[in-house]
Amino acid sequence: METLWFCVIALLWLGYLFLEGFDFGVGMLLPVLGRSERERRVLINTIGPVWDGNEVWLLVAGGATFAAFPDWYASLFSSVYLPLVLFLLALIGRGVAFEYRGKVDSARWRRTWDAVIVAGSWVAPLGVGLLLSATVFGMPLDAAGDRVGSPFASIRWETLLGAAAVAGYALVHGAVFLSLKTEGEVRERARALALKVAPVALLPLLVLLLTVQLRFGSAWTWGASIVVALAALGAYGRLVLRREGQAFALMGVAVAATVAALFGALYPNVLPSTLDPAWSLTVAGAASSPYTLTVMTWVAAFGTPAVLVYQGWTYWVFRKRIGTRHIPAVSVPSASAPSGSASSGSVSSGSVSSGSVSSGQVP
Amino acid sequence: MDVLDLARWQFGITTVYHFLMVPLTIGLSLLVAGMQTAWVRTGDRKYLAMTKFWGKLLLINFAMGVVTGIVQEFQFGMTWSAYSRFVGDVFGAPLAMEGLVAFFVESTFLGLWIFGWDRLPKKVHLACVWAFSLATIASAYFILAANSWMQHPVGVELVDGRPRLTSIWAVLGNNTTLAAFPHTVFGAFAVAGTFLVGVAAWHLWRRSDDGPVWRASVKFGTWVGVVAFTGLAISGDVQGKLMFEQQPMKMAAAEALCHTEQPAAFSVFAIGDVSRPDCENVKSVTVPALLSFLAHNDFTTEVKGIEELVPLYQEKYGTNYPVDPKLGELSGKPIDYVPNLPVTYWGFRLMIGFGGLAVGAGLLVLWLTRGGRTPRGRWFKWLALGSIATPFLANSFGWIFTEMGRQPFVVVPNPSGVDGVWMFTARAVSSSTPGEVLTSLVALTLVYGVLACVEVFLIRRYVRAGVAGVLPARKPDDDGSRDDDRDDVLTFAY
Repeated sequence: METLWFCVIALLWLGYLFLEGFDFGVGMLLPVLGRSERERRVLINTIGPVWDGNEVWLLVAGGATFAAFPDWYASLFSSVYLPLVLFLLALIGRGVAFEYRGKVDSARWRRTWDAVIVAGSWVAPLGVGLLLSATVFGMPLDAAGDRVGSPFASIRWETLLGAAAVAGYALVHGAVFLSLKTEGEVRERARALALKVAPVALLPLLVLLLTVQLRFGSAWTWGASIVVALAALGAYGRLVLRREGQAFALMGVAVAATVAALFGALYPNVLPSTLDPAWSLTVAGAASSPYTLTVMTWVAAFGTPAVLVYQGWTYWVFRKRIGTRHIPAVSVPSASAPSGSASSGSVSSGSVSSGSVSSGQVP
Repeated sequence: MDVLDLARWQFGITTVYHFLMVPLTIGLSLLVAGMQTAWVRTGDRKYLAMTKFWGKLLLINFAMGVVTGIVQEFQFGMTWSAYSRFVGDVFGAPLAMEGLVAFFVESTFLGLWIFGWDRLPKKVHLACVWAFSLATIASAYFILAANSWMQHPVGVELVDGRPRLTSIWAVLGNNTTLAAFPHTVFGAFAVAGTFLVGVAAWHLWRRSDDGPVWRASVKFGTWVGVVAFTGLAISGDVQGKLMFEQQPMKMAAAEALCHTEQPAAFSVFAIGDVSRPDCENVKSVTVPALLSFLAHNDFTTEVKGIEELVPLYQEKYGTNYPVDPKLGELSGKPIDYVPNLPVTYWGFRLMIGFGGLAVGAGLLVLWLTRGGRTPRGRWFKWLALGSIATPFLANSFGWIFTEMGRQPFVVVPNPSGVDGVWMFTARAVSSSTPGEVLTSLVALTLVYGVLACVEVFLIRRYVRAGVAGVLPARKPDDDGSRDDDRDDVLTFAY
């Protein structure tokens, strides 16, 4: 039962890395691929309807860890305190920026929020990478599970490598996603950029996997690591041939194999102690009671398939490619609010009057 | 300040901030779902205008609610790791359920609702807003089940010094939850109803276009407010009776009741310093015997005062904190079982007072605007705008009272529960350094402060623009519904 829940949490992280991975990539590439305001809106709108749902995977991964492995949840998050705060601030800024950037028709307003999106989209995957690699490589924990040492104990070369790995992966994943979801010039640019940066950007991920395998690997996690390398190569080849859908799917295989390799190497620990192996948190030691795990299993057994179905449906509804021709004109209230008494017309007589909207729906 | 104080301030600030957005989201989403239903059923464009206008404000507010909620999900582990280890077996379950059952539905269907105006059939699109708004209510249920467990732990046994879940149904069916949930949800509807009344009355006052939209909103908002207030009074009474039984110290602190009384009088307000548990120098204006009735449905019964309760707590849970370096400054010090009296006493009164003001203002506005009239005086504008703040204040004070009234405990002992299932707040905090927590406290407060200004700025702007800001001029061929052929331009894009 504990092992099952270890797998469920790995699965939630997989869902998060795969879905929010391209969200981050889109944000990272906003100034690079979006050369005009209209193109930047194309980029943002590829993830418009889904980014919020994608982010919930993180919340559920956190909540499920709390429920199934409270000791893991408590030790990890209190140990990696400051990076986690920075990561949360990045998520806060990004989320608000997506919603608010189009709400005022001013170039300065949009530039500010674009900067927040870009900064947040770089910091957040770095934070995720640091958090995950700190989990795999362990933290200096004492017997009680509390961190020994400075608040920056989580920043070591292994965790920096992990941060670079996730950020690099998000960058490539985002570019592949954009080449699949957009049309016209943006699509071409996204594809060209993915082909250009992939060899460098994916390198930290492969080095990370190699390091993990050399230190904790077993036969099958080696297998998973090789799958990562093959899938990444395959994605590259498919993208060269302009098969963007297949390239995107292979990126998914790569991240799935990455999660399998990392969590496989971690098992049966959930958070190793770098001070004394006896103090490591293990799947058996950190888990909740069998009853709690049974309850959670029922909830997950009914909840997860439903989530997959309706999230899949959302992607289906918004499956069409987006180009600049789809982007409506800005339609926001102007700074000088419309004054009421001068204009006429009322709703009941059939026309909602609106003399002072700055521009209509026509592009 | 040590880690304990910093962590308490941080959790307080982030939670109070989060709960400014939450009730508006919960209340308004369901009202918007109702407006859209009215539009789909009648085809009256007035209801479309209402859906779009209030829906836009809902979205501006929702964004902030979401991002501040993310912090809460992690904060337990970050600053309260000892607490998380102690209660994880019980507390994590409703939290994970909330994520899996409610957050996913909320976020996914909200995305479908925002972007689906021209992509989905009308009825499917309507179903999306219903799914979204019902999920916000479901999430409230789960998180309140988690919180109520801290106030009144049930459904557990004690194994190796930690509570272990024995019945999830006991936790989800906790009588504290069953009282807190309607109270919170009615509080959310009071916020949304008053928001409708205040904004719409202001538009009426300045003679804005679309008068029917504003008149319908005032009416809708007032009736929602009246129903919510009735619900609040009933659920509040039930909650109060439970509290007398389960957390006698919290209720004594709510009244700043020093000495046991029989029958006990209800204090309306007090003059003087209520911070002293011996009631010296305090003059209180009281209603005789009312407190006995509130506590036990009987005007003659006894209500225990603080002076009598403290020895009972000392006997059961000790007079001094244990000597333990993890307790920091409190190690070995006497335990203060009396919550912060000015906060609990005034928090309780302000909650009730502002709640009453909210519904009073709503009814007053409805009466003043009867039959198509609108008062012209400037006072009406201030009445409209001022009333918007009252239910927000009532909600905040209510939660501050609830949470600060349970100190010094983070898990309050259940008088009829399992021995040993309780925890001092001083014990619950992480072994972080004060510098870490101070950094995050300052960073979060600053970012939240800036974002609050941005949100208020945007809401003000969209409120001023009225219907015209969200519903562009009607084209001759446009009946407001989706157009199957038109595929080139999205109806909505960020």
